[in-house]
Amino acid sequence: MDSPAPLRRRYAMRHVAARAGVYFAAIVAALVCAGPFPWSLATAFKQNRDLQDPQNNPFVFNQPATSDHVNYRFTDTAFPTFVWNTAWVGGLVVLITLVLALPIAYALARLDRPWSGPVGIAILLVYLVPPSLSLRCPGWASRWGCRSPRGPWCSCIPRSRFWLALMDLFKDIPQDIEEQAMVDGYSRLGAFVRAGVPLVFPGIVALVAFAFTLTASEFIYALAFVAPTAQMPVSTGVSTQFRGDVFFWQSLRAATVLVAVPMALVFNWFLDRFVAGFTMGAIKE
Amino acid sequence: MGRAVSGVVRFLVLLPWTTSVALSSIWRLWLLDSSHSPIDWVLRQLGVLGPAENMYWLGQPGLSMTSVIAVHVWRFTPLAAVIVMAGLVAIARDIEEAARVDGAGYWRRMIPLVLPVITVSALCGGVFTFTDIAVIRVLTRGDSNDATQVLASWAFYRSIDGGDVAQGTAIALFLLPLLLAAAIFILRAVRVR
Repeated sequence: MDSPAPLRRRYAMRHVAARAGVYFAAIVAALVCAGPFPWSLATAFKQNRDLQDPQNNPFVFNQPATSDHVNYRFTDTAFPTFVWNTAWVGGLVVLITLVLALPIAYALARLDRPWSGPVGIAILLVYLVPPSLSLRCPGWASRWGCRSPRGPWCSCIPRSRFWLALMDLFKDIPQDIEEQAMVDGYSRLGAFVRAGVPLVFPGIVALVAFAFTLTASEFIYALAFVAPTAQMPVSTGVSTQFRGDVFFWQSLRAATVLVAVPMALVFNWFLDRFVAGFTMGAIKE
Repeated sequence: MGRAVSGVVRFLVLLPWTTSVALSSIWRLWLLDSSHSPIDWVLRQLGVLGPAENMYWLGQPGLSMTSVIAVHVWRFTPLAAVIVMAGLVAIARDIEEAARVDGAGYWRRMIPLVLPVITVSALCGGVFTFTDIAVIRVLTRGDSNDATQVLASWAFYRSIDGGDVAQGTAIALFLLPLLLAAAIFILRAVRVR
């Protein structure tokens, strides 16, 4: 056997190399993913003649910075309205999703009826329908008066489809807990509300975060259904503001960063629960 | 220290996912602009391009498709990372330790454990990219000769912009078998894990 000292040194070197590799990969990933954000933020404060001159270095300020474009975003465009629309549509989608999904998931997972399997597969199939197909497939959208003041409500509907994931969550919690609750005198509803829901709570939080980000970045439905500017969410509202030859680059950048950073903060905060929700049942205590 | 760093990295990596596709595509549009592209500026400084030359990132079919793919990759990286992270957390430590005790090397230990997780995230990425039209809509609008149209965006163009809902629906229907296959594979991979 080798003498322990060189062996130990070799292992120590290997450990340091592995750590360095991990940190290097993490830094590269962070730069690639987040790099555009500070750069965009800086660009938002650039003057037009600075930005538009192809000879200028695009990564530094060649002229003094100005806050005109960011002010313009708030005072002369409907940006605050877009943000508000995104927030309430997202919140509403999450609410509708939960109100519909919790009982459905519970029924499919627990009631043990012969139709629960086929219904589960049918829901999965609905999930698979490409968004552009579900746009007007039954023709309800145009009949229901979309591209009208009711537009934002239309973009709420198709997003309510997170049932399957919830069903899996319910399947993963042991049935005895609810049975005990029912033996102790709760009705099925009582057991569902007081024993079932608290147990799947991390999963619910994960789905809320997921549903909200998907809705907030939703583009197709909003583009197809919502015509009046005052009712657009951020995604379509901002991106339809560069028609023609005039691009308000700086204020577009400001809008993007202003929306992304708060959402990333919230999402990051939920991430541990999100991961716990994804892996519930995989880790058995 | 390690925890703090990983928290910051996690936040930074998550940023693209929390940005609306349409919005992030807008600044890509600037990045790939025909005359103002910063990439071209760097290439000019390096001497790859002449003083007034440009690459026209979105103007040539090959390059514009590459640009679209790059934006999709940037966009999906965070979710893939979250999925893989969730999968790795779910792998019981003792399995890995048992393999280590049995003398398995790093790659021998990781590959069988990680492969199913990677499969799931790859298939999710496929499904997301398949059904997305926002990137193409903002970046290239499909190009004048439809060089960068994918099925989803083409269906949207025909049915909403073109007003021919029936044809758009028919196009979108072609996505269904592919997505169905992907879903079956996802479910299988999850079950195997």
